[in-house]
Amino acid sequence: MNRRTGGFVVIVLVALLVLGIAPFAGGDWIVPWNNELANSTISRQILLNLRLPRVLMGFVAGAALAVGGVAFQAMFRNPLATPYTLGVASGASLGAVFSLQCGLAVSIWSFSTTALFALCGALVTLLIVYGISFWRAELSVATMLLAGVAMSFLNSSLILILQYVSDPVRAFHAFRWMLGGLEGTVGYGDLKVLWPIVTIGCLIILGIRRELNLLALGDEWAISRGVSLLKTKALLLFVTGLMIASVVAICGPIGFVCLIVPHITRLLVGPEHGRLIPAAAILGGAFLVACDTVARTVLAPTEIPVGVITSLLGGPFFLWLLLRRPLSWEWLS
Amino acid sequence: MTLVVSVKNLSVCLSGQEILCDISFDLHAGDFACLVGPNGSGKTSLLRCLIRVYSHWRGEVVAFGKPISLFTQKELALCLAYLPQADGIAPPYTVEDFVLMARYPFANPFLPPNQEDRRAAEDALRMTDLWSLRHRVMRTLSGGERQRAYLAAALAQQAKVLLLDEPTTFLDMPHQEEVRSLLHRINREWGVTILAVMHDLNAAALAANRILGLRDGRLLFSGSPNEFMTPDVVKTLFGFSPQFVRHPQVPVQMIVPSPAGGA
Repeated sequence: MNRRTGGFVVIVLVALLVLGIAPFAGGDWIVPWNNELANSTISRQILLNLRLPRVLMGFVAGAALAVGGVAFQAMFRNPLATPYTLGVASGASLGAVFSLQCGLAVSIWSFSTTALFALCGALVTLLIVYGISFWRAELSVATMLLAGVAMSFLNSSLILILQYVSDPVRAFHAFRWMLGGLEGTVGYGDLKVLWPIVTIGCLIILGIRRELNLLALGDEWAISRGVSLLKTKALLLFVTGLMIASVVAICGPIGFVCLIVPHITRLLVGPEHGRLIPAAAILGGAFLVACDTVARTVLAPTEIPVGVITSLLGGPFFLWLLLRRPLSWEWLS
Repeated sequence: MTLVVSVKNLSVCLSGQEILCDISFDLHAGDFACLVGPNGSGKTSLLRCLIRVYSHWRGEVVAFGKPISLFTQKELALCLAYLPQADGIAPPYTVEDFVLMARYPFANPFLPPNQEDRRAAEDALRMTDLWSLRHRVMRTLSGGERQRAYLAAALAQQAKVLLLDEPTTFLDMPHQEEVRSLLHRINREWGVTILAVMHDLNAAALAANRILGLRDGRLLFSGSPNEFMTPDVVKTLFGFSPQFVRHPQVPVQMIVPSPAGGA
């Protein structure tokens, strides 16, 4: 077994461990071999209708974020690029804050008003960024990144204005939403919508792994190997954008997963995307579930927003990685 | 001789500036043509037009009897393999993986590389003498080895025409020689048509059977190495008048650098 297969096995084992423990953990631990579970309907309810869907939701969201990060880092050849860089998070936040501040109530399918507005905000932002970079620069990497950053700033200042003029209670609700979290997951409604989107998205991205391998070398290399650049980039942007926007609409802008999980995965299984994408999906899911479990356990019954935990745990860990092995530019792809 | 690539009245403007103007030339099967010219004369741009990195050119480029605007990018990659200027990129993949990635235009997205892909990669690796290094990661290779690995990838693509942008830059003299003799073998033994941008005029004159001279986006010269190595042509293209000396082994004039402090 070589090092890279070993890395994959480690990831799978960690994920199984996390998924095995997470549903039973909480303010009140539910111990499966106690009679409690068999006897108490409440415990069973909590396990099956609260904790299990939440763990699954965490896994799906984490997987989507990590795979989105892998795809964007390869396409932009930039270790800092994430779907959030293109304004998905800020656009979704703007939409959500707007709906919360105005107290709007619309609902389609099982989506909440906030989720719908967040989805719209994210998609509008993405469309503007893609539109500008497609029209002026044929989806050039630099133009897209800069347009994304500009849109993020624009959205943030609009959010600040909305927050500033509104009443404190609503402002707090909006603030809480922007921290991101999985506590909104009750039952399987959101999950039923999200998991097909994420599964299809990840499979499509896995299907263009060869293109990603070549794109990571540079546009000219990819073209000379026969990658049709515009088509591949457009597909990648559309699929990843839609997938991440749906996740953010439901879970809020949970940060950091899409930035560091790809890097950690690359360390473990190497830069080839055929291995990297599935490994990142599994590790991203496990990482978010683990963070969420910590978020709802340590200060129980109070919850810490999971977005805080991902950065709080992920940040130092990532810094430690950087200390051990500086990531050079080449290391990225 | 069969015509493989034919360029007619190719012009291209980038951000309002005319980079190439009215370029016409033909490449025949088995040609080894070198593209020379001062910096900024449009050599790289010409290659980029042929491989459609630039798509907004005017004129007509025909490869194997079909205008290249009608090719899909994959079909084009089966005819023309382009090796961009080595910009110091050092892929993190192993040599073998990197070469196999060049099989992209043949590959089925749902299957791992098949027997044929492996054989093409092996042939290319043996030709470039990298077979023993195939499990090394690209960035641990020396500059010369890395350049050979790029060439191997282009070979594994099995295109009939190789477009090379300064294949010997950043290499010391022995390694330049090595890459040149490798190109010679690829051209002779495998019958691959080569169009290479070269800065070293002596090397170009020795390697090529045809020289194309560009200046300010215009094709000012096209002919044999001997016709190229004359004071007039070099003066027109580069605006300098060097000294010529006959090569001791072959009947080609070579340019010798002037002594420091002028002649």
